[in-house]
Amino acid sequence: MSASATAAPERRSNLLSLLSLGATPSRAVRGGLQVASLLIPLLAWAAIAALGFVDEKFLPSPGAVFRSLTSMAESGILFEDILASTGRVFGGFLLATVLAVPIGICMGVYPAICALCEPLIAMLRYMPAAAFIPLLIIYLGIGEEPKIALIFLGTIYFNILMVMDAVKFVPKELIETTLTLGGRSRQVLVQVVARYSLPSIIDTLRINIATSWNLVVVAELVAAEVGLGKRIQLAQRFFRTDQIFAELIVLGLIGFTIDMGFRLLLRLTCRWAV
Amino acid sequence: MELQICNVSKHFGVGSARKTVLDRISFSMQSGEFVALVGSSGSGKSTILRLIAGLNQPSSGRISVDGEPVRGPGPDRGMVFQKYSLYPWLNAADNVAFGMRLQGIKAAEIRERTAYFLEVMGLQDAATKLPRELSGGMRQRVAIARALATNPSVLLLDEPFGALDLQIRESMQDFLLQLWQCTGLTVLLITHDVEEALVLAQRVHVLAPNPGRIIRSLDVTLDKSDLDQLRLSGEFLDLRRSLAGSLRQLESALC
Repeated sequence: MSASATAAPERRSNLLSLLSLGATPSRAVRGGLQVASLLIPLLAWAAIAALGFVDEKFLPSPGAVFRSLTSMAESGILFEDILASTGRVFGGFLLATVLAVPIGICMGVYPAICALCEPLIAMLRYMPAAAFIPLLIIYLGIGEEPKIALIFLGTIYFNILMVMDAVKFVPKELIETTLTLGGRSRQVLVQVVARYSLPSIIDTLRINIATSWNLVVVAELVAAEVGLGKRIQLAQRFFRTDQIFAELIVLGLIGFTIDMGFRLLLRLTCRWAV
Repeated sequence: MELQICNVSKHFGVGSARKTVLDRISFSMQSGEFVALVGSSGSGKSTILRLIAGLNQPSSGRISVDGEPVRGPGPDRGMVFQKYSLYPWLNAADNVAFGMRLQGIKAAEIRERTAYFLEVMGLQDAATKLPRELSGGMRQRVAIARALATNPSVLLLDEPFGALDLQIRESMQDFLLQLWQCTGLTVLLITHDVEEALVLAQRVHVLAPNPGRIIRSLDVTLDKSDLDQLRLSGEFLDLRRSLAGSLRQLESALC
């Protein structure tokens, strides 16, 4: 048997081979592509701004945005805004999670509870959270409460339904095994159903917290003293597009950090599932 | 311990959709016995096991353990399923300990019993491994250990080796038989595999499908000191052929 007869076909090294189905690029190639994903738009932006195709009033240069970012950071507004917005997001989202997880688990496990709740939730889900803003202001005023309530309303239904779906993937055998080992309902729900679904629940939260970020900006546009969304609105009034860009980038970076935080949490708590 | 299944029937559905899955099943077994139920798919053999486990209720008839009717699942009737039998987030030792923890047994005793059952099952080296790191045969051994650790009076096995390769299946059969011979377990095994039933059980009930009913019961009095020898012996092969024949006849009668 000669080696050449069984040699693997020569590896194609052109870029197109990356798009053949089932191809898995090496670590280095993947890392490079990920860097390019951010670097290419940044360079394009810099080039367009530098060449002066667009009025600087409409498209500030990366340098101008960076200067605006540092000056906001130095004056302390930036951190005040970040603190205010993240506080609202975490407040509303935490509330929505604390309620949604047990409700979703019960709906997933007990068909009767599911039948009782699902039609209502399915309908409420289609009422845009932003449409509740006037009501929330009438009921709760213009302080922190309506903003937190908006984020709560905008995420709880999705959290419930996605937790419910996750729970339905718990193998029936696992629940029944627990019963034959002497497990009581509560033990089954907490120690088996919730534990088995934990990876999917964390993933659900990771996806849905993005909605909270959208909503916090909407809430702050309506009525707020501080916050990233509020700052954007003020910047519009003074035609400070550089500030708007800076705030948008901060919003993106915080969201990205939260996403990574959830991924890390998943890896730390559910080694068996990743 | 005496497990009695007395005139048990089970229907699913209502009205015209009503289907009789089990029709007046009766048998009993005593402590230390190894009984197998053999049947093809549709014979309701898993349903019988679920009724005994208390996971479903019979439509009529009576199931009792030592005269006490079965009302729901409990650790006196340990069960092992064919698939998804382990908690994937727990290592082998914690899987074995899980049932004991549910019952609030003292930590020191749990540790001791877990170590004992891991050793009996030949799983000492697997103690800290997650289920996904174990082979299919090892997983089923952990599942059996976990069921035994809560000290059940009968072990219910629902095609426990059905998903394993032939060779591993045979070695698991040898292992289970040894375990039974050494520890005096009481085992009720469900299988579609005539050979498995004959190799392992002292008594075999053959189930006919649609509706599921016992059509033949036999005591197996083969010499089980050497299973490899047994699997090739004429007496065993004749018995196997005869049982497989009656199962096949039922199948063709349906077509």
